[in-house]
Amino acid sequence: MHLTLKVWRQEPGQNGMFQTYEAPGISEDMSFLEMLDVVNERLIEEGTAPIVFESDCREGICGTCDLMIDGQAHGPEKATATCQLHMRKYNDGDHITIEPWRAASFPVIRDLAVDRSALDAIQEAGGYISAPTGSASDANLTPVPKDAADSAMDAAACIGCGACVAACPNSAAQLFTSAKVMHLNLLPQGQAERWKRTEAMVETMEEYFGSCTNHGECHEACPKEISLDFIALMNKDYVKSKIKNRKLSGQK
Amino acid sequence: MAKTMSKPGGSRRPDPIRKPVKALPFPLSLGQTAVGKKWLMALTGVGLLGFVVAHMIGNLHVYEGPARLAEYAETLRTLGAGLFPRGVILWIMRLGLIAMFGIHIWAAVTLNQMNLKASPGSYPGGRDYIAANFASRTMRWTGPIILLYLLFHLADLTWGWWLGDKFVHGDPYHNLDASMNRIPVLAIYIVANIALAIHIFHGAWSMFQSLGINNPKYNSLRRGIAVSLAGLVLVGNLSFPILNAAGLTDEDNRKCDPYAENVLECLEEQLVEEH
Repeated sequence: MHLTLKVWRQEPGQNGMFQTYEAPGISEDMSFLEMLDVVNERLIEEGTAPIVFESDCREGICGTCDLMIDGQAHGPEKATATCQLHMRKYNDGDHITIEPWRAASFPVIRDLAVDRSALDAIQEAGGYISAPTGSASDANLTPVPKDAADSAMDAAACIGCGACVAACPNSAAQLFTSAKVMHLNLLPQGQAERWKRTEAMVETMEEYFGSCTNHGECHEACPKEISLDFIALMNKDYVKSKIKNRKLSGQK
Repeated sequence: MAKTMSKPGGSRRPDPIRKPVKALPFPLSLGQTAVGKKWLMALTGVGLLGFVVAHMIGNLHVYEGPARLAEYAETLRTLGAGLFPRGVILWIMRLGLIAMFGIHIWAAVTLNQMNLKASPGSYPGGRDYIAANFASRTMRWTGPIILLYLLFHLADLTWGWWLGDKFVHGDPYHNLDASMNRIPVLAIYIVANIALAIHIFHGAWSMFQSLGINNPKYNSLRRGIAVSLAGLVLVGNLSFPILNAAGLTDEDNRKCDPYAENVLECLEEQLVEEH
C-alpha cells in the first residue's frame, strides 16, 4: 500500500503545522503504529527528526497511544485503541490526517505527544481506597452482588487514555472521571470514602476540563466503550456527596 | 493509566484553567461547580418545559372562539379568587418563571465560558461528529433565539407594542388574529417555534443525564420522551400561526366588534349564551 500522511509537527514552545509525508510499501498486516514506525525509520535514514508519538503495550490495555486520525480519536474503528487499528482498514492511495489530541489541559509536548498528567490529578484526588496492609484477607470475605461487580468491572475497563476529552467539543473529562469514581463507588470496598471521593474528583476535574453537555461523543471515541450511564451515576452521587459531606463534617 | 513523558527538569502539571473557590453553604455551593450548574439547568429546564407545554395546551382554547379564549385568559388572572386579590397568583407564577429563566440562562452562559476556556476550539485537520447531533451542537444558538422570541412575543401579545390602537386588552383572540396577519410576524413565530422544538429535543433528553436519572430498564424511553415533547410543542405551537393563516381563527364570523367600547361585556354575554 502507498499512503499519504498529513502529520502535525510541533516543536516545544513553538506553533505547529501539518507536514505531508509519503508512506510507500505499507503492509496491510501492520498496525497503525507500526506504519508510523516504518515512516520514522525512513525519516531517520534521511536525517529528519522522526515523528514523536506515544505508545507502550501496543495491545490496547495501557492507554498510552493517543492519535486523532482523520478527525476521530483513535481512528475510525469503534472500540479500538490506535495501537489495535490495522492498516487493512485502509486502501492503497488513502490520505490520512494525524494530529495530537487537543484540550487546554493537554498541552502538546512535541508533534503528536500531549501531556495528559491533568488526568493523574483527578485520579490522585480520590481514585483509590484506603485499606490496611498486612496479610491478605480471605477470598470472598466481602460479598459483592453480581450486578454491582459487573458494573464496576465495566467502569474499571477505563484505560485512562483521554480519548473522551479529545473527542468532547467542550474538552470535558466526564467519562474518564465517572469511570474512575463509579468503579469504586459501586463496590462495598469503596463505600467508606464514597462521598469524599466523589466531591474531590469532580471538583479537581473541573479545575482542568470543560463541562458535559451530553453530546455523547466521548462514548463513541472510547476504546473500552465506557457507558454514558456512569456520567449520570456520577452526577447523582456528586449532589448527594454535597449533602452527605456536610453531615459528615459535623461528626468530626 | 496513561504514562506521560516528563519534560526536561522534572514533570510539571499543566496549569489548571480554574482556581478552586471558597465553598458557599450547601444549596448555593451547587452554583459554584459545573455539575451543580447542570443540575440547576436541568431542574429549571423541567419547570420551563412544563410552562411551555401548559401554555400550548391552554392556548388551544383559541379553537373554541373569542369568548372561550377570553374566559381562559380571565381565569388565569383570577386564579385563587376568593383567597387572593386578582392577578396575585398569576404574578407569583410569573416571578417563578422569571427566576427559572434567569438561572437557566446564567448557568448556560457561565458553563459556556468555562468550555471555551477548556477547549482550544477545533481540530485544524477537521473532525468527525459521530454522536453529537444538530440539536445538541446548536443549543447555544437555539437558546438565544428563544430568548429574543420570548421578548418579541411579550411585546407583541402581552404589551401590544406593535399593534398600537389595534391591541385590545382582554381580547386575546382579536390580538392574535391582528398580529398574525402580518407576514414577518408569522415567519418569526414559525422559525422561533422550530428553534424551541430543537432546543427541547436535546434538553429533554439531556436533563435525565444531568440529574442522574438513569436506569438501564427505562433508558430507552428517555429519547422517546424527548421526541414526543418536542413534537407535541412543535405541532401545537405551529398550529396557531398556520391555521390562522389558513383562515380557521380569523374574525369573519365574530359577534362582538373588538373595537367597540363594550367588547368585554359582549364576550361575557356570548359566553353565557354558549353555556
